[in-house]
Parts: sequence; C-alpha cells; structure tokens
Amino acid sequence: MGLRKDTLLGMALVTPSILAVLIFVYGFIAWTARVSLSQWRGLLPDYSWAGLENYINLFQDPRFHIDIRNTIIFTVLFVGGSIVLGLGLAILLDQNLRGETFFRSLFLFPMAISFIVTGVVWRWLMNPAQGSRMSGLNLLFDELGLDFLINTWHATPRWGIAAIALPAIWQMSGYTMALYLGGLRAIPEELREAARVDGATEFQVYRRVIMPLLRPITLSAMIILGHISLKVFDLIIAVAGKQLPLDVPAIYMWTTTFDGNFYGRGAAIGIVLLISVSFLVIPYLWYTLHTEAEL
Amino acid sequence: MRTRWFLLLAVLFLALAACNGDDVDDDDIDIDTDTDVGTDIEGEGMAVPDADEDVDEMIVEEEGEQEVEVFSWWTGGGEAAGLEAMVEVFEERNPDIEFINAAVAGGAGTNARAVLATRLQAGDPPDSWQGHAGQELIGTYVAADQLEGLNFLYEEEGWLDVMPETLIPLISEDGVIYSVPVNIHRANVLWYSPDVLEEHGVAVPETLDGWFAAMDELQAGGMDAPLAMGEQWTAMHLFETILLASLGPEAYDGLWTCETDWGSPEVTQALEDFDQALTYVNADASALTWQDAAQLVVNDDAAFNVMGDWAEGYFRELGMEPNVDYGWAPVPGTDGVFQFLSDSFVLPVGAPHREEAIAWLRVAGSKEGQDAFNPVKGSIPARNDADRSLYGEYLLSAMDDWANDRIAGSLTHGVVANDSWKAEIDTALGLFLTNRDIDAFQQALVSAESLAPCN
Repeated sequence: MGLRKDTLLGMALVTPSILAVLIFVYGFIAWTARVSLSQWRGLLPDYSWAGLENYINLFQDPRFHIDIRNTIIFTVLFVGGSIVLGLGLAILLDQNLRGETFFRSLFLFPMAISFIVTGVVWRWLMNPAQGSRMSGLNLLFDELGLDFLINTWHATPRWGIAAIALPAIWQMSGYTMALYLGGLRAIPEELREAARVDGATEFQVYRRVIMPLLRPITLSAMIILGHISLKVFDLIIAVAGKQLPLDVPAIYMWTTTFDGNFYGRGAAIGIVLLISVSFLVIPYLWYTLHTEAEL
Repeated sequence: MRTRWFLLLAVLFLALAACNGDDVDDDDIDIDTDTDVGTDIEGEGMAVPDADEDVDEMIVEEEGEQEVEVFSWWTGGGEAAGLEAMVEVFEERNPDIEFINAAVAGGAGTNARAVLATRLQAGDPPDSWQGHAGQELIGTYVAADQLEGLNFLYEEEGWLDVMPETLIPLISEDGVIYSVPVNIHRANVLWYSPDVLEEHGVAVPETLDGWFAAMDELQAGGMDAPLAMGEQWTAMHLFETILLASLGPEAYDGLWTCETDWGSPEVTQALEDFDQALTYVNADASALTWQDAAQLVVNDDAAFNVMGDWAEGYFRELGMEPNVDYGWAPVPGTDGVFQFLSDSFVLPVGAPHREEAIAWLRVAGSKEGQDAFNPVKGSIPARNDADRSLYGEYLLSAMDDWANDRIAGSLTHGVVANDSWKAEIDTALGLFLTNRDIDAFQQALVSAESLAPCN
C-alpha cells in the first residue's frame, strides 16, 4: 500500500513537467517537422504539402554544402582541441601540486562566460588587419618579433572557420579538464601503485592503466562538446557577423527564416540539425542505460 | 497516514490548478512580451494597458485615455534622438494620446522584424511600425494582407504635391500607396579622401572606367587597397550601385520588374565590373563593419568607399570636416540618379488604435515632423519643402539632388526586391565573394528571379 501511494505521489509530482515537455519539446518538434514538409514562405503560415522538396533542395544548395563542410571542420578541431587540452590540464593538476584549487578555478572560469562575450573579446584579439592598422594578437606577435605567427585569422579564405574554433576551445577546455579530473580522481591509487610495482614507467601507467579507465569520460566529453559544436551560432555571429565563408546550419536557418521568410526551408534545416545531434546523443543514452542496467 | 493523504491531495490540487491555468498562462505570456518591449526601451514601467482588451476599451471609453504603440528599431544614436524629436511634435499636436515606444534593439532591424513577425502571426499587431519603404514592406506584409492602403491620407494631406513623382511607384503596389516615408537616404555615394587623391594626382572619377583607371594608378602609386569595403552587406551595397552604374537607371529598374533579363550580356558586363571593383578592395573586408570601412577613407588608409549617406553622420561624429577630410560624389556612372532608401511607417489592418495610428502617420508625413526628425538623424526629408536652414552642407546637396535627380531604389535596403528575393541574392553574392565565379553568380541571379512578384 505504502509503495503504491508513493508511486502515486511521484506521478502527481512529475505530471506537470511531463505535460510541459510533451507540449513544448515534442509538440514543437512535430510542428517543425510538419512545417519542413510545407511550402510556407512568407509572413503567414502556409501548410500546403511540399513533400521532401525542402530537404532535396537543401542538399543541392551550394550554401548548405559550405555549412556542412564548416561544421565538420569546426567540430573536429573544437572537440579534438578541447579534449587534448582538457586532458593535458587535468593530468598536470593531478600531480598534487600546490595551489591546485586556484588553477582549477582559473581554467574553469572561461566556461562561466557566454559565447557572446567570448566572441566579442576574441573579435578584438583576432583582428585580421595588417600593416599600420594591425591590432590584437597580430600586434602582440609583431611586438614580440614573432612575425611568422601573424595571420588573417577568420578572414583566411576557405579555412577561416578554423580560427573560430580557437575561442571555443579556450572556453570549453577548462570544462573538459574538470570532467577528466573527476575521472582521474575516481581511479583508485592502488591500481597505479600495482602497475608501478610491476615495473611500469610513469608513461606506461598513463598509457596502459589510466587512459583505458578514462574512456567513458572521453565519450561523455565528445557527446557534450559535439552537440555544442553542431549548434554553434552565437560565437560565430559575435566574432565575424553573418558572412557566407563562416556560415553554419544554425546561421543559415536563422537568416533564411527571418530575413528571407523561407519558413519551410528553415524548419528543414532545424530538423536536419536535430537528426545530426541525435546521432550523437542516442548511442550515448543507449550506452548509459545499458551500463546502468549492468550495475 | 493522514498527513500523507493531505499532501497527496494538495499536490493533485496544485497539478490541476496548473493545468487549468494553461490558457491563462498563454495570455500572460503575450502580455509579458508586450510590456517587456515597452519597458525595455522606455525604461519606465508602463505595464498595464494592453493587459486585457476589454478592460482597456472600457478605460478608453470612460476616461478618454488614448494611446498609440509604435514599433521600430530606432534604439540608439541619432535615430533614437530623431524619433524622440518627432514624438515631441506628435505630443504637442495630440496631447491626449499616449505615445508608446515599442522599439527593439539590434542588427539593423533583423531582431525587430523577427519580433514583429511573431506578433503578427499571433494576431497582435502594433498600431504602426517602421519598415524600409518599398518591396521589403510590400513583399512581406502587403502580400500577407497586413497593411491598409494610404492613398486617402496622401490626398488629404497633399503629400503627392511635395514628394517626388518617381518616388510614388516605388512605394506602391497596383496604385495603392502603403507607407509614409519619413526620411530619405542616398545609397549611391562615393566617399573619397581629398588628401589621397591630391597626393597621387588623381581627379574624382565620373565613369566606371575612369574610376578603375584611377584605382589602377593609386595601386601603382603604392596603395594596395584604394577601395574600402566591409562585411557582406556592404558588398551588396557596392554591388547595387555598380549594377546601376553599368546598366543605367532604366535597365536597372527593369531588373526588378522582369523587363530586363538577368541572363543578358549587359548584366554579365555589370558583374564583370563588380568583379573588377573587388580587386581593389582591402583583404580584411569581411572583418570590418561599415564604420570601420568608412573610417579608412577619413584616415587616408584608402581613397574610396561606397556607402549610404549615413556615413556622413559618422564622419561628423569623428570630428571630420566636410570637403576637407572627406569629399563625396555620386558613384561613378550614376550622376543624375538618386538611388534611395527610406524609413517609413505603415497602418496595419486591424490596428488596435486606428485613429491614433493615423494621427501618428499625419505627423510622420508632415513638414514639422520631418524637419524635427531628419536633422538629428542625419538624413533628408522625403518632402521637398523642408526648412533648409536646419541642414548641413552635405544634406543640402543631397536635398538638391533629391528634388532634381531621377529616383531609383536600393536593393540592400529593401526598396526594389522583397525579403525572399533579396535573401537569395545575398546568398548568391556571398558565394561569389568566395569563389568569384561570374557564370555561377549570374545563373544564381537568374534563378533567384523566380521570387520576383512579376513572375
């Protein structure tokens, strides 16, 4: 009896949020999917059936090809960079140094800032002007005599998007560090000692013992950073404004919907984004449910 | 046991209340957005009015309290100050009407228009809103039956006699005028640095070829990038002026009315001219705002910049002297043509306060209102009977041209093409800036024409 009442109470407590999620998440996903199959262009809704036309046009659209290319480059650099840097910082902090708390907070702080603020600051830092108008990092390199480092950052033809990954890595590597640090602390000291007793060098301890145990952390980090990367919008707008060489699906979705009134096409981009994010998230959910069930 | 039951009941009751409250919540959300917009800008709590239509109307009837909610993206600088000045004229004439400034900040109106779209889709229009005169308003809002025609107002106020004849067709559709232009900006202005031109012994160019020759000379003289340009929309701005210069005003107008073929060799020539102009442009263009690019000219880092005449207000802000630190001329090849854009106000179908909105439009189109707004904003009135003593040297020259030149419309600033068409041209242009493929650009422009209203 008691259990039944608890269950009832629990149900009553979660019902409002379940309802809200049903309407505001799944309801709107369904509505967006419906709009993406419509011919809606213009201010007022037009649900006349268009089939997959919006999707077909999208994948033939040279602008969307640029978007996909940019997203891939950005994701690889951003996720890779954050993981390498975050892991490096975590291993350094794990050496029981003095002032660990200080450094830990220092590296975590960038995460507390919004992408917009990061973007504005890095817009100044990565000013691509040359010659007498040089400023930001380029000016610093010039003063230090490191002329070979001076470059055009995000104004670089074709590879400008790579420069956008820099502020993103700066912002998120501290967070990745925190994830890894948690993972490292969860590894019992005995395992390391056992390896050392067996004659493993410090490098081998990391290579053979610690890294394999950190694999779940790497997976979580990739999922979390990966979906941020697929949705990136504000950072690019803040650093470089709306321009085609740095276009990504989220920016295309915004401009085509609200500047061009192509609601059907905008919804199609939204659904493509959702599907690509779910490619990341669903295996992860499956994996966690699976491992939890085993425990 | 009893407390448990009580708890459970309480929770269920709360849940029910929450569900019941849903419709009420929806209304609340609407109201919140209204007041947010109002308070954000005004900075003072003007909460209540819209809260409940019925109550609102009762108040109007009982106390004679009237209001007009005007939506714009004028939130800063000369624009906001100009609006303030015009509101003062309005309040003097209509002391009983409360003016509610529902301005939304950001991005040359992009954010504001997204907010406006949401409100219109929800059936909650403001009483009047700002929009670029021409197809930007017509293609979006008239096409969706959201605007009332204003011919009656033009006749009552005699505006047809004081506004240029060639302007009217550009702000009408099928003979119906849909907005009241408050100000006029000129798009085809070439800003130049007198110092740089003098130093290199170059005269102010009058034709496209003369311009390119002058820039060749400047490059030979050691100036890598004589033409300053900024981010992508400033490239479209340059593009429209070169289209006009290369094609001439008749063929340029025809591009937007399906009378000129986008696939024709003349357009190819214009695209080649644009392509050549881009060879004189600074390499970091995509990282510069229009202000950054315009500043290169007054700092003598570049010789030329093509930008609308709001650049003049910016030069003044920088403390620069006209005809000393900067000079101006029509973009080479467009002498005698005034490529314009205009901010205007509209009357929505189903305006909550129609009479008050009309009172606002009367002020927006009046000599007094326009002379209050424009000297502060740094533009010229759409009327040609303005008080000349209020305007500076550049604006006076623009007023003379406005009265005498042939009028053509701007693409970038919403006069000649609707939003969808313009967005597709923008994408084609962005691709062209990265690959410089003239054939592909022209094909994209031809297929974008399917979005023209004449098709």
